[in-house]
Parts: sequence; C-alpha cells; structure tokens
Amino acid sequence: MNWSSAANRRTVIKGMGAGALAIGGIGWAIEPARADLAKAEKLLKELIGAKVPQEGKVRLEMPQIAENGQTVPLTVSVDSPMTPDNYCKAIHILAEGNPEAGVCTFKFTPASGRAEFSTRMRLAQTQNVWAVAEMSDGSVWMTKTEVKVTIGGCGG
Amino acid sequence: MFSRRDLIALAAATAAIVGPGRAARLAAQDRLSEADLLAFKPVGNVTLLHITDLHAQLLPVWFREPSTNIGVGEVRGLPPHLTGEAFLERFGIARGSAEAYAFTDQDFVELARRFGRLGGLDRIATLVKAIRAERPGRTLLLDGGDAMQGSWVTLQTKGADIVRAYRALGVDAMTAHWEFTYGTERVKEIVEELGFPFLAGNVLDTEWEEPVFESTAYFERGGVKIAVIGQAFPYTPVSNPRWMIPNWSFGIREERVAQHVEKARAEGAQLVVLLSHNGFDVDRKLASRVAGIDVILTGHTHDALPQVLQVGKTLLVGTGSHGKFLARLDLDVRDGAIKDFAFRLIPVFSDAIRPDREMAQLIEELRAPFKAELERTLGYTKDLLYRRGNFQGTWDDLICAAILEQRDAEIALSPGFRWGPSLLPNEPIRMEDLWAQTAITYPQVYRITMTGAQLKDVLEDVADNIFNPDPYYQGGGDMVRVGGLGFTIDVEQPIGRRISELTFLKTGAPIDPERRYVVAGWASVNEGTEGPPVWELVARYIEERKEIAVPRAGLVRVKSA
Repeated sequence: MNWSSAANRRTVIKGMGAGALAIGGIGWAIEPARADLAKAEKLLKELIGAKVPQEGKVRLEMPQIAENGQTVPLTVSVDSPMTPDNYCKAIHILAEGNPEAGVCTFKFTPASGRAEFSTRMRLAQTQNVWAVAEMSDGSVWMTKTEVKVTIGGCGG
Repeated sequence: MFSRRDLIALAAATAAIVGPGRAARLAAQDRLSEADLLAFKPVGNVTLLHITDLHAQLLPVWFREPSTNIGVGEVRGLPPHLTGEAFLERFGIARGSAEAYAFTDQDFVELARRFGRLGGLDRIATLVKAIRAERPGRTLLLDGGDAMQGSWVTLQTKGADIVRAYRALGVDAMTAHWEFTYGTERVKEIVEELGFPFLAGNVLDTEWEEPVFESTAYFERGGVKIAVIGQAFPYTPVSNPRWMIPNWSFGIREERVAQHVEKARAEGAQLVVLLSHNGFDVDRKLASRVAGIDVILTGHTHDALPQVLQVGKTLLVGTGSHGKFLARLDLDVRDGAIKDFAFRLIPVFSDAIRPDREMAQLIEELRAPFKAELERTLGYTKDLLYRRGNFQGTWDDLICAAILEQRDAEIALSPGFRWGPSLLPNEPIRMEDLWAQTAITYPQVYRITMTGAQLKDVLEDVADNIFNPDPYYQGGGDMVRVGGLGFTIDVEQPIGRRISELTFLKTGAPIDPERRYVVAGWASVNEGTEGPPVWELVARYIEERKEIAVPRAGLVRVKSA
C-alpha cells in the first residue's frame, strides 16, 4: 500500500502468462519493459471524469509477491458508513501493467451494508494494482499496491 | 574409485593436520566447559529455548559464517548485516576467541582447528536437559523450521529421522519451510507423526482461503499462559516448487498475524511469541507494524545474534543455523508484560559438551541403514569449502565447475542457498558432505539455452529478491551462483539496473544479449524438469580428480556503498 516506492520498479515476465517461473524453466521469455501507464490513466478518466482521487479510505489487500500470476487473490474494502446519504457507490480495480487496464467494477447500494469484496485477478507482470472508490457525495478515493511477479528461486 | 594406497595416504595427510590441532583443542576444552556454556543468571518465570534452521544436521558441523551479508535501505549496516571485524566490534567480541569463531568468518580455519565443530543434536539435548532441570515447569522449546532438509538420511526418510529426533528432544512446537518440499501428503503425515503442534497461521487453502494448519498453540509455563503463533516461510510457493503443494497459499499476511495476536490476548495469553520463518528483516518490519507481539523467534536467514534486538516492545532473537546455537531467553512476565529479561545465544561447542547418551544412540540408529553410502569418500579438498555469503562461495564454485564440465555447458547456475556446512582444507569429501549441500527433492540438473538478455533478467530478478529495499519483497537467500559468467552488481540500484558488465568467461567477451548460451543448473522449481541429480555429477567430478583445488567458476564484482 505504498504509493511512492512502487513507481519505477518493474520488470516484465511474459510468455506462458505464468507467475512463478523457475530459473532454467523451459519455454519462457523474459523481457524488461515499462508498463503502459497511459492505458490505466485513460481508463480512470473515463470512469471518474475530471475528478481527482484522494488518498485514503480504500484498503486493498494483495500478496506482495504473487504465487501464481494467473490467479492472484485480492480483497478490497472501503471505509464508509453505507447509509442512504453517505455510501460507497462503486469500486473499480485497474491493473496498470496488464494488456487491458480494466479488471472489474463492483457496484454497491446502502443495502449492501459493507463496501467490500474479494476476488482473484490475473497479472501479466510485476505492476501496481489500483483500487478506486466512488462515493455518493461525489468524492473519489484511491489506493495502489505493487504486486511482484517473479521467476522464483530460493535461498534460506 | 580410490585405491587403498590413496586412502592410506589421505588418512595420513589428515592425521598430520588434525594431530597438532587436537592438542590445541584439548586446551580449548579446558577453557570452554559445559558449565561455562550453560552459565546463566536466571530471570523471571519463563525460559524460551529456540533452535532453527537445523537443516538436518544431527552431527556437529563446521559452518563458516558469511563474510558478505549486505543490508539495503533502512537496514544498511545494522545487525544482522554486519560481518567480520565490524561484527566483533559491534558486539564486543575479541578476535581469536571462541565467540569470534562461532559468530564470524574471522580466522575461520585456524580457529576451527582450535575450537572444533559446533552443533550436534546430542549436545543440544544435553543443554536442553540441563536447562529444563534448572528451570522445571518454566521451559518451552521451540523450533523455527527447516529442520527436515539438508541430509541424505532426511531426504531418504522424508523427514522421519528428524521427527523421531525431535520427539526425543521434546520440542514443544515448530513451524516450517523446506518441510513443504516433501509435498502435500507427506506434510500432512508429518503433522500427525510429530506429536506436538506444527504451526503455520499464514497458510490458507487456495480454494476457500481457509486455514490449513493450526496457527496458535497455548502453553502454561511458570504460571504464565503463553501463546505461540507459527509463521511459515511466506514465499515457499515462489522459492520452492509450488506444484508440490498446489492447494496451499502462503504470504506474510500481516493482518492475519495481527488477528492471531489479538485472539491470543483475548484468550488470556500473557506472553505472545511469534515462531517465525519470515527472515530477520521481514520480522523487524513486522514488529514495527503489528502491535502486541512480545517475542519474535526469527529464522530462515540464518543470522546468529549474540544479543536480543528490540523493536518497540518486541524482542527479536536470531539463533543462527545448523545446530550451531541454542538460544535461551529468560523472561519475567507479570501482568501480561515482560518486566525483565536475560538472553544468551549459546554456541554448541561439540568438544566441550558431553553428548546426551540416548540422543547419540538414536542418531546412530537413524544413520545406520545409510552408513556405508554416507561415508563413501570421493576425494579430498585442498581448500576450505563453504557456501554461506551473499556471493559465490567455494562449495558452489565446485558445483558450478562440475556442472559446466559434466553437462558440457557454457554457463552454470547454482541457487543461492544459505544452508550447507563447510569443510576444512585437507579434509576428505564424503558423499555425506556433498549431500549436505545438495539433498533436496528436486535436484535435477537441467540443460537449456538462454539468450544473454534472459540471463541478465534472471540475475536481476534474483537480485531484487535479495536486495529489495522493502523487506516484505525479500525472499531471503543469497545471490544465485554462477559458473562461466562474470558480472558486476550494484545492490543499491533498482531492478533492471543492478547487474552490469556481464562477461562470458570462456572468451572474455561481453555477454551478447541476442546470442543463445548453453546453460545448466539445478533446483528448478518447474514441474517435470529433467536431468541427473546434481550430486551424481559433482561426485563424478571429484572422483575423477580425487584432489580438489577449488576452481574459480564465476566472477562477481560487488559495488556497494
């Protein structure tokens, strides 16, 4: 849940679309590349218009290092009373390093009781995942977390 | 194979070396007595005993501590990232002393000959029994995992030897890492066979995210209710083959740790202990972010620290590895808090401590079926063989040289394991010694081609796993060892920029990003990897030479502030 440190640390592991690839694995390719930030930013603008997301309220739990890039668990929750005059309307998940930046949108009403869900997503490479919450008062809140997709290898 | 004459000559050579050393060791024994090693001014009502990362070393070992153990980011220059003289200075240890030998690489060979091997579960048993007798009803013995990997006997019995030894020792609870490399079904059996809690609160099943193992065990010692929370190695499915445990998911799971702590307090625990295989830097960060943990018994990164390190109100213990040390932490726990404590990391000097008779017998019994294979002598080493350290190491130079030759490869890779004891110059190399460097459930030596660009990416990826400034992204371990390859590493750089000046040693030319190189290595985490077990290749390499002067297989230049 660290904004700043994540921005320029990324490596790309493609091929087989797999997460943990062994050193000396067969039939894979690695290529360093930069995630296409523009895609995620463009999508965000489509979702929330000219509003500027604020930091806070959104909690995104993901593993620091993915065990399997094909299916990475995530849980997101938004701090909201979920009353008719103050509730979270929607949560969007964006992946800045996937071929498509949009992952999913969950919509809520006050009757939802809590603005929270768990799901799984696919990660093509090490990247930041964004969770964006739209509130009934028009405010937008956001957090990012970096998830590493590594080739593995061991120490201790 | 060896001729009889070779063996006699070899025996004579070793005797000549060991001979004068033995007198010195007797003198050392005079100085270092069992009573000295046990000397401790007891404090309070609870004694925690901790061993970790035994790596199946039931017998005493030589184990040279690292000469390079770099910390990055906030932990640069902080313990445990101190080595050699800096370590001695920080902890006020005299050069040439028994402690200097146990804790550092300084004057290693000379001091090894003077003070003898460390460890041995029979010696540990003697210490544990003595402390239990001194502190009846107050002592808790915990193991931090990586007990069931690292020897041929353990590999052949899939950990059953250690299960028996730990039951005999009276371990009260353990957590795990390499234990998982026996696969799901065997781990379930081990949990049943242990007879004491196997704790891993951070392991969930991948389908429903439900706990697989117990997270917490409760004990009453000295009138204190103690909660022990187990934390298995968070990156087991990344660092080791996930296909062996496909339905289990790991991770640091900080919030879950916090929940376990809260629950333990709610259950009335007055002392909360995290029995962890996170690695020291991960635990240091965890201690700063999760409130309410009184003690973290750290593991995985093999750091031996003569003092407890405090983070806020949490005490961190670093107990080393391979049975070299037994940690004793006495606590005065009152009103749900630690009022006072005393600590000693006891070096297990095997010459000074009487072996416990029952444990010694059990160890002999466990080894008996394999004795002939274990003692098969392959040759002898002219040089010190050691593994531990951030870069290279002579054991892996030898392994890489053997792989290059025996698999006719241009470049060899050997994983940066932190386990594996040392051998002194002029000692015989037996199969047992070689297995202590290689005995894993996925030992196949693969042979593939990789482009220069791919090689660089592998090195970058591994380096980021060790030198990432955020400990939560670190997997522990040391840098992958190379043969036939040279490179420069600047650990302070971000991923993609740490590795430079890659050189193909065969020609001295820069590595060509486009060219494909024949690469061989072992311990691939991929399912279906094919090739002979690494020990077969290395054994053949040694037997063909008999006398090993360790070749410089790879070349690593380290840039570090």
